[in-house]
Amino acid sequence: MSSKGHMPNLSPRVSDEIRKTTCYMCACRCGINVHMLDGKVRYIEGNRDHPINRGVLCAKGSAGIMQHYSPARLKKPLMRTGERGSGDFKEIEWEEALGLAASWLDDVRQSDPRKLAFFTGRDQSQSMTGWWAQQFGTPNYAAHGGFCSVNMAAAGIYTMGGAFWEFGAPDWDRTELHIIFGVAEDHDSNPIKMGLGKLKARGVKVIGVNPVRTGYNAIADEWLGITPGTDGLLILALVHELIRTGRVDLDYLIRYTNAPWLVIDDPEAADHGLFARDAEGVPMVAERGSGMVVPSSMPGVKPALQGRHRLADGRSAVPVFELMAGKYADARHSPAAVAGRTGIDAATISRIADEIAAAAFDREVVIDQPWTDMKGERHERMIGRPVTFHAMRGISAHANGFQTCRALHLLQILIGSIDCPGGFRFKPPYPRPVAGQPKPHGGSQKCTPLNGPHLGYPRGPEDMLLEADGLTPQRLDKAFSWDAPLSAHGLMHMVISNAHARDPYGIDVLFMYMANMAWNSSMNTSEVMRMLTDKDDKGEYVIPKIIYSDAYSSEMVAYADLILPDTTYLERHDSISLLDRPISEPEAMCDSIRWPVVEPDRDVRGFQSVLLDLGHRLGLPAMTNKDGKPVYRDYADYIVNHQRKPGIGPLSGWRGADGTKTGRGEPNPDQLARYIENGGFSEVHIPAEARFFKHANRAWSDWAIAQGLQDGPVENVFQLYLEPLRKFQLAAEGKAEPQPPEHHRARIRACFDPLPVWYAPFGDAQQTADYPLHALTQRPAAMYHSWGSQNAWLRQIHGTNPLFVPGTVCDAHGLADGDWALVSSPNGEIRVPVARMDALNGSTVWTWNAIGKRKGAWALDPKAQEAGKGFLLNHLIGELLPPKGDGMRWSNSDPITGQAAWFDLRVAIRRDPDQSLGRASPDTGTQKSPVGTGPETVTYGREWTE
Amino acid sequence: MTCLPTSTEKRLGLVIDLDTCVGCHACVVNCKEWNTGGYGAPLADIDAYGEEPSGAWLNRVHTFEVTPVAAPAQIVHFPKSCLHCDDAPCVTVCPTGASYKRSEDGIVLVDEDMCIGCGLCAWACPYGAREMDPVAKVMKKCTLCVDRIYNEEIPEIDRIPACVRTCPSSARHFGDFNDPESNVSILTMARGGYDLMPEMATRPVNKYLPPRPKTNPAAQGCASHSTPTVSAPGGFLGWLDAALERLG
Repeated sequence: MSSKGHMPNLSPRVSDEIRKTTCYMCACRCGINVHMLDGKVRYIEGNRDHPINRGVLCAKGSAGIMQHYSPARLKKPLMRTGERGSGDFKEIEWEEALGLAASWLDDVRQSDPRKLAFFTGRDQSQSMTGWWAQQFGTPNYAAHGGFCSVNMAAAGIYTMGGAFWEFGAPDWDRTELHIIFGVAEDHDSNPIKMGLGKLKARGVKVIGVNPVRTGYNAIADEWLGITPGTDGLLILALVHELIRTGRVDLDYLIRYTNAPWLVIDDPEAADHGLFARDAEGVPMVAERGSGMVVPSSMPGVKPALQGRHRLADGRSAVPVFELMAGKYADARHSPAAVAGRTGIDAATISRIADEIAAAAFDREVVIDQPWTDMKGERHERMIGRPVTFHAMRGISAHANGFQTCRALHLLQILIGSIDCPGGFRFKPPYPRPVAGQPKPHGGSQKCTPLNGPHLGYPRGPEDMLLEADGLTPQRLDKAFSWDAPLSAHGLMHMVISNAHARDPYGIDVLFMYMANMAWNSSMNTSEVMRMLTDKDDKGEYVIPKIIYSDAYSSEMVAYADLILPDTTYLERHDSISLLDRPISEPEAMCDSIRWPVVEPDRDVRGFQSVLLDLGHRLGLPAMTNKDGKPVYRDYADYIVNHQRKPGIGPLSGWRGADGTKTGRGEPNPDQLARYIENGGFSEVHIPAEARFFKHANRAWSDWAIAQGLQDGPVENVFQLYLEPLRKFQLAAEGKAEPQPPEHHRARIRACFDPLPVWYAPFGDAQQTADYPLHALTQRPAAMYHSWGSQNAWLRQIHGTNPLFVPGTVCDAHGLADGDWALVSSPNGEIRVPVARMDALNGSTVWTWNAIGKRKGAWALDPKAQEAGKGFLLNHLIGELLPPKGDGMRWSNSDPITGQAAWFDLRVAIRRDPDQSLGRASPDTGTQKSPVGTGPETVTYGREWTE
Repeated sequence: MTCLPTSTEKRLGLVIDLDTCVGCHACVVNCKEWNTGGYGAPLADIDAYGEEPSGAWLNRVHTFEVTPVAAPAQIVHFPKSCLHCDDAPCVTVCPTGASYKRSEDGIVLVDEDMCIGCGLCAWACPYGAREMDPVAKVMKKCTLCVDRIYNEEIPEIDRIPACVRTCPSSARHFGDFNDPESNVSILTMARGGYDLMPEMATRPVNKYLPPRPKTNPAAQGCASHSTPTVSAPGGFLGWLDAALERLG
């Protein structure tokens, strides 16, 4: 029989209406078309017009239906009735919940605002939540950046005014070589996959540098299975080779970087190692030939890159370039010197340096587009060096991550491939160097807003947030203290630990949003669960009150006292704002919204609207009119009418009373409607003359100012030599005030090198013998944190997470696929299932992140595979380093930025002598589900099928 | 016993590029969400929130580790769905005529009204590309999104299978293999597209593009650049002077 007689319906109705909004299944923020049929979501696809994803959609986004209709959705505000951790709650009305929250918060605000710690996790509205915390007056606010990738962001901002992902992207259409270092799958995941697809179509070589050969590394044309934590060594060996063979872009270095700036050489002085400056503070250079020392701003100056030059005060100074070249030409940076430690042979490192140089200098990309630089010089063409890099958590989540990220940017700059055709390209509003960034703001006065944003970029020790003694941190997480002076994103991973230890002080209310801190988002999970439930000698919880907002019945819900249920992503307003974490593309300024494409069917409220309501109840000035009425009706009203500065609001599109302005303009009451008409986003293209060399491009500067991205011209000289770090060293050397406590001096001297440096992860030397293996986690492409586990489709793809172990290690320990192993670190021991894998660095084990679940969470059956066979590596990772016997609590973080050093973990493994138990450990007990358990069977779409 | 057409007007199918697929499962899940509300019974999931959930899927990604002779071990992601074979054993084995191959475009479908859920076709398929729906107990398989590719309710540009439209890395391509000028024919020729398990004589329409050889340790003609600066007169600083001189 052929097709005769069979009558499939080839044109079924797909939707009554397509509603275009923004995905939230991970942090990518793609545009989605939500097909509505009979009042339900029929299908979600990528929006072809959207700048981020151009129509494609990943596994997570495609599973949005199961997330939106998840049985784990919270239904109503909850008040704890049992012990913390038990999951015993009673449902209460919103009025009671908000009244209670407001009374707790008001007590704190009236007495000591520091006693509120407000931390938001995977929040995509940080400009709003940060503003709220600022109005409240607590110094204790941050989102999750400190345990994510702050090293990548901060190193990029300090070095060049931008970084990967939200701040910039490879020029996928023109690059001739791409090198990708350890990457988390939800950071720019669709754009990276689209970009790799373009490279594959053009036959461009991709090199993957990653201990684990999965995902992007699986299709890389060459894989370097590097030993974790040694990326900085590899990068500096590449730098060594390029300098040794003279393959650096000197013209670029002179024009755009501080390579010619003179560094004072006066070892006993308080300014030794700082830049020589004139009376106006302009850094000095030496004129080539004459040797005359002149301001770097002098028109037409041709600066020297080498030599010892005499300053006006008789002292001598040396250009940055000479210091840098001397440092990296040293044999300790040679490929042969680092081969053993990195696990990559010297010949390969030399060859890759050759490949980088060949692509950069033999295959330069030229665009016939005249442009004018900030000094007024006209250029007839845009000439690019087509080598691109991308990196994320893999290189940044180490205690040496800041310097490693700096090293990578140094490499990019040396070959002249920042914001040029074929190279790395900034995305608006970036570049935004430190000069265009705020400083951090602290302090705490009753009923008084902070005088600026919490988070920022210190220029030196004087910008730290310390009490009058110059030692005690102002913030609970000790951000911007001697523990982590440049902690631009805060240290959310230290909040519970420090609050429990009352170090530097105890708090009264812990208020969190969308952060599963009782589970996969914490280091040392078992211990954090204990801290959250620990009581003092009066029988009161050490952390007295916990308010938590989440849309789902996560592990953290069970550990809170008051639950404010949030909406799903399809039920809410949001702005994906240029004031926040932007979604621009290299050639366009972009932002977008979410709007309720489905109305909630539960008694839940969008968290940002709840915050505004609480702000009004507390009488916070920016949220309360003189007549006592709220300034903003809800978050949607805030998005349209809030102005951060005159004419600058959360959204850049369709501003002005008639909606004809972009960037700057008065609020437009129809703004959200205009976004919805346009598919949920705004995309404004950058003029052709302004699309490259934005760090030094007059047309870019003018355009950015007109659009409200900058207040005025900002000088952006790439900082190969980072003077703020040198200022901290001077303090540690006892030459400048304020000075660090004694126990910090040695570490600051060693780690705060103004030129990128590599040092071994802390504790590495002591641990190598007992814990010979590195242990990593990575996020699967089809799962986002713990959110995916409730998803009936995604949990069929990743429902368990074995520990992947190299074949050689399996053989040494008699481990076979499916065996149970005991894995230990200085922090404890866990029991895990094992899978053999050879496409892996031989001294590394790894597993998928956040698959393991606590019994009873996420509306899963307590017998769920995620709770029985899934496990968290987090139990093995201390938020503190093992005690050193000095009586100090040393955070397991980068000493510069406070970035959580997840990937410094070392472990030992052995086969469990008892293979009969059949489940992972530790067993953290069962939490009662406030929403019951999901149904046995799902047949989604039954009503539309024949 | 059900007959196959001797030839079909078009031979619609997929080219799947194993050199580009990162194994992200976008195609797998987008297929599920399109088809659970589309052709035939919904793609059910049982024990959906329980101990070991399982469900019907029309497309799955399998992951293999292979260790070449002279190169490090590597991972290959292998998406697999119905290959719409010209000599489809799943059709000829069907006792009711429910399984059939369309003469107009070669798509292999199951007419669920006629399917008795005997499962013979799944046994006959050498690729394991058919799955019994655990609730409706009818056989489910890739339809090549027959309810998209001709669907007048959706824009013409979107009349392609959901897996192809959603693939972020453009590893999946859809077209007519009877047309030598089609994208799928050209890609197959250019990249050595191959049949899965040709020894089974099923003559699959879908083709796979093999992974390109990976590590290529040969330096790419850069030897002339490798002259160390230190061998120039005056060493590194001498080189620097000369280089700056050239800049003017």
